[in-house]
Amino acid sequence: MTATAARAPATAEGVKPWSRAQAAARLAQDIPEGWCVNLGIGFPLLVSNFVKGREVIFQSENGIIGMGGLATAETIEPWLVNAGKQNVNLVKGASIVHHADSFGMIRGGHIDLCVLGAFEVAADGDFANWTTSLTDGVPAVGGAMDLAVGAKRLWIIMDHTSKDGRPKLLERCDLPLTAPKAVTRVYTNLAVLDVGPQGFEVLDMAPGLTMEELQAKTGAPLRRKAS
Amino acid sequence: MIDKRVKSIAEAMQGIKDGSTVMFGGFGAVGHPAHLIDGLIEQGAKDLTLVGNNAGSGRVEPLVRLLAAGRVRKIICSFPRSAGSVVFDELHKAGRLELELVPQGTLAERIRAAGAGIPAFYTPTAYGTALAEGKEVREINGRHYLLEHAIRADVALVEAYQADRWGNLTYKLSGRNFNPIMAMAASLTIVQSQHMVELGDIGPEDVHTPGVFVQRVVHVPYGGPASNLATTG
Repeated sequence: MTATAARAPATAEGVKPWSRAQAAARLAQDIPEGWCVNLGIGFPLLVSNFVKGREVIFQSENGIIGMGGLATAETIEPWLVNAGKQNVNLVKGASIVHHADSFGMIRGGHIDLCVLGAFEVAADGDFANWTTSLTDGVPAVGGAMDLAVGAKRLWIIMDHTSKDGRPKLLERCDLPLTAPKAVTRVYTNLAVLDVGPQGFEVLDMAPGLTMEELQAKTGAPLRRKAS
Repeated sequence: MIDKRVKSIAEAMQGIKDGSTVMFGGFGAVGHPAHLIDGLIEQGAKDLTLVGNNAGSGRVEPLVRLLAAGRVRKIICSFPRSAGSVVFDELHKAGRLELELVPQGTLAERIRAAGAGIPAFYTPTAYGTALAEGKEVREINGRHYLLEHAIRADVALVEAYQADRWGNLTYKLSGRNFNPIMAMAASLTIVQSQHMVELGDIGPEDVHTPGVFVQRVVHVPYGGPASNLATTG
């Protein structure tokens, strides 16, 4: 993982979707200095690579306030792990709390922003990210439902469509919800969208993409955000 | 003289009854009292209800061996599925292990509430989801909340970094996690500690868990959790 984002290959003529790193960097642009931010595991964690030069406090659900980057062989501290249970470092000024205080911080509205991944996001802010089936396999929920209802803002970062090309932005979620009416903004490899009172509002699009092309890959009506 | 130190893990685990509810600390391997769980396997109590964040991975770690030995009836847990959680998956699919899946913050607060003498509370988490099924909903100031009940335990298994003979404890970094709230929520709190220190060595402002919440302490200087360096970003 490097801070220099590799260009993703163009899929349609002239269209250059953002790579995961570029989408993460695009999201990071919108985080002001001073915010306390919780990043979900996987794709959201990439965001932490792109806030260099600004003091942003990263919170980890297991009780870390002031989490730094992933640990290396030189900086390893076995007693420090992130939500994905990878070893991490702390920044100066960091603090540690127990789980009830960590989730008090989350549920009590003290986190400025939470960034999570999702399987589906609906035009009213419903989203699904914790299980693809309530009957098959072993469900696991972790802290997603607490983060979804507790953070001041919930932004989703995900691919615009599933691996087989189906839209992940929908009128209504088909999968079991993580929380109703929780998402405020979505960053994908194709666009940045707000969840407005009338549904998805496009703030930004990948280079070369038209509204028509974006609409064709989206399962709910799009409108441009009024500036 | 107050002295909660015991000489062996076997002594620490004495008296745990069949059918007990047993909490265990840890977020994955960090702050997880694996040696006490090993002791629980040896001790023999069965028909247990476990309360913890994870359900273990692989086939070797004590938590997994306790499950595999058929000693656990039910687990109350937020994230039982992880890379290599094969034993949990097998037992759950075979209908031999009941799961109560609880959002992580709700799990923490249900444990905290028990220790603080609060029988139940309202929380916004999981309202409008499948995990709200069967729960009382209450609207307060225009927002919906679920009624969640406290989880008390017969036994809490805790991993500390330092302990003294009164049972005053400190935890190392993110090894704190569920340990302090579980120590408060059980009738019998058993601690495995990396280090034993003299009374007074832990400054009063630095005690994370006062000994009042602790019944037994055993010295287990195993060194610390295995590291988990990310190989890719």
